Amino acid sequence: MLRTLLEGLRQPVTEALPTDPEFAELAKKLSRETRRRLGRGLAIRVLDAGSCNGCELEINALANPFYDLERFGLSFVASPRHADVLLVTGPVTRNMREALLRAYDAMPAPKWVVAAGDCASGCGVFAKSPACLGAVSAVIQVDLVIPGCPPTPARLLAGLLALLGNN
Amino acid sequence: MSGWEEAERTLAAGEASLVSLWADGPRARLALLSGPELRILDHEAPGGHFPSIGRLHPPALRLERALAESSALVPDGLPDTRPWLLHGAEALSYPFLPAKGEHLHQIPVGPVHAGIIEPGHFRFTCAGETIVRLEERLGYVHRGVEALMEGKTPEEAAKIAARISGDSTVAYAIAFARAVESALGVVPPSRALWLASLMAELERLANHLGDVGAICNDAAFALMLSHCGILRERVLRASFFCFGHRLMMDRILPGGVTTDLSADGIAHLRALVAEIGQKFPRLLSLYDRTASLQDRTVGTGILRPDLARLWAAGGFVGRASGRDFDARRFYTPYDSLTFAITVRSEGDVDARLRIRAAEITESLGLITQILDRLPAGPLRSALPAELPGGSGEGFALIEGFRGDIFLHVRLEGGRIARCHARDPSWFQWPLLETAIAGNIVADFPICNKSFNCSYAGHDL
Ligand code: SF4
Repeated sequence: MLRTLLEGLRQPVTEALPTDPEFAELAKKLSRETRRRLGRGLAIRVLDAGSCNGCELEINALANPFYDLERFGLSFVASPRHADVLLVTGPVTRNMREALLRAYDAMPAPKWVVAAGDCASGCGVFAKSPACLGAVSAVIQVDLVIPGCPPTPARLLAGLLALLGNN
Repeated sequence: MSGWEEAERTLAAGEASLVSLWADGPRARLALLSGPELRILDHEAPGGHFPSIGRLHPPALRLERALAESSALVPDGLPDTRPWLLHGAEALSYPFLPAKGEHLHQIPVGPVHAGIIEPGHFRFTCAGETIVRLEERLGYVHRGVEALMEGKTPEEAAKIAARISGDSTVAYAIAFARAVESALGVVPPSRALWLASLMAELERLANHLGDVGAICNDAAFALMLSHCGILRERVLRASFFCFGHRLMMDRILPGGVTTDLSADGIAHLRALVAEIGQKFPRLLSLYDRTASLQDRTVGTGILRPDLARLWAAGGFVGRASGRDFDARRFYTPYDSLTFAITVRSEGDVDARLRIRAAEITESLGLITQILDRLPAGPLRSALPAELPGGSGEGFALIEGFRGDIFLHVRLEGGRIARCHARDPSWFQWPLLETAIAGNIVADFPICNKSFNCSYAGHDL
């Protein structure tokens, strides 16, 4: 096991901070107040409100050694009660509406909502289905949208860092 | 005895496997497999009544519940008539089955789980730490996929099919393309078939690598997650380099593929195969040498082979419990490629992990063979604008990383009249309920991960 560990150290794969001009613009829109309150850390609760699971795969990839999101002070938390940010994926299905509202209500204020992926932003392929309510913004107020189907990990990271004003 | 009742008898006797059961207008349709032969039977009667298959063959129960709530058909004698995918107004008062006994307590979990996973509800009934019974409640990510596809052109509907279960987007795209092509009598060029299989093997590789890491991580062995995560990321980046999308969404359409593979792409994939071929065996030997890790996986969450057979469990779930089935045996280009299908009989978490490990090696071999022998030629055959005679139907059974995906389409005037997709998870989810009984609550995450059923693919 030691050999495996040392080998991992010899060739680091972690990459530099991603930048994305699109989010630099968004970051400017976030108030100074938001940034002051968030400081340098962000506790994120991910909620799948009807995703095809493609978005989850890329969110999970954020934790791999290439992106290593914890080095930016970003961490995924298990309970909405510990979260600053609710990261929502999927077109909100009728069957998930209640759970989404409950998770949001369980979060302490101040809190922010990020809609990740085209479905959550309201332009995905499921937007018009009667089984879905549409964008996350149809159910709760959204502060930041990260487009893509699914958004790449680099894009997700750039979007989340915009919340911290790091871009 | 009618063909329908005869089919019911052969299913219950274990002489055939249930592939799917769905409603199409006034007809109940049943797909079953005996040997390599897939048959579709129809039942149409006044008032929409048909003899329930689930009455004698439990694997059909959830399919019939979903059929009954979303169509005008009535499965006569269906023992369980609770809603399944449509939660409706009574969503919060779902009647779970009672579990009776002394000193039992219940643990409700979900639909929102602690990790970054899909939503579903698990109701555990426990005696102390031991799980006596698990009952699942699914349907939370029901997006109305099948209804949404109706009236769409095959190209529009392909985008939806590719998003039924994101982790299997390639496999679904192939299943949809093959079903539409067979309905329209279109033959895709052979280069397209080979490229599609190349993408399918990359998808299998990425998912299996992710699963091996995640299963070990559920035993608190995070080192494996990191190393497998690196290899998985390399596969996704190679997929992006070769096909322009990390998950290869929308690269396969009815008639063929949209993206060709360049000489650079071929070199890139050869380097990827070499890297994984060198590194993965060492990770596997690390697993072999770590007794504390195997202590968690060996003997945990055993799925009995007789149940795997009865439920026709696909993929690593079935193959780890003695069911020697892989749909790749039945279609091109696998008929001209060499690969081994590993089957084990232990049925535990360890066996499901080792089946994946064996399949990683086989996929590397398949990718190399495809790169060596990729036929030249066009990428896509044109679809006829209008169907001959105005209608046609076709189906496909395609091996995704998780197991066999069945997809059936009926077209009218060049548009989708009905599309039905059955994810392998339909038959794997109920088996997770049986495999977890008698295990401790703390072992549920690792068992669940070793099954890795799709919520989205099942909920549709
Ligand atoms: S945005 Fe795309 S990847 Fe994400 S849930 Fe929707 S369909 Fe799936």
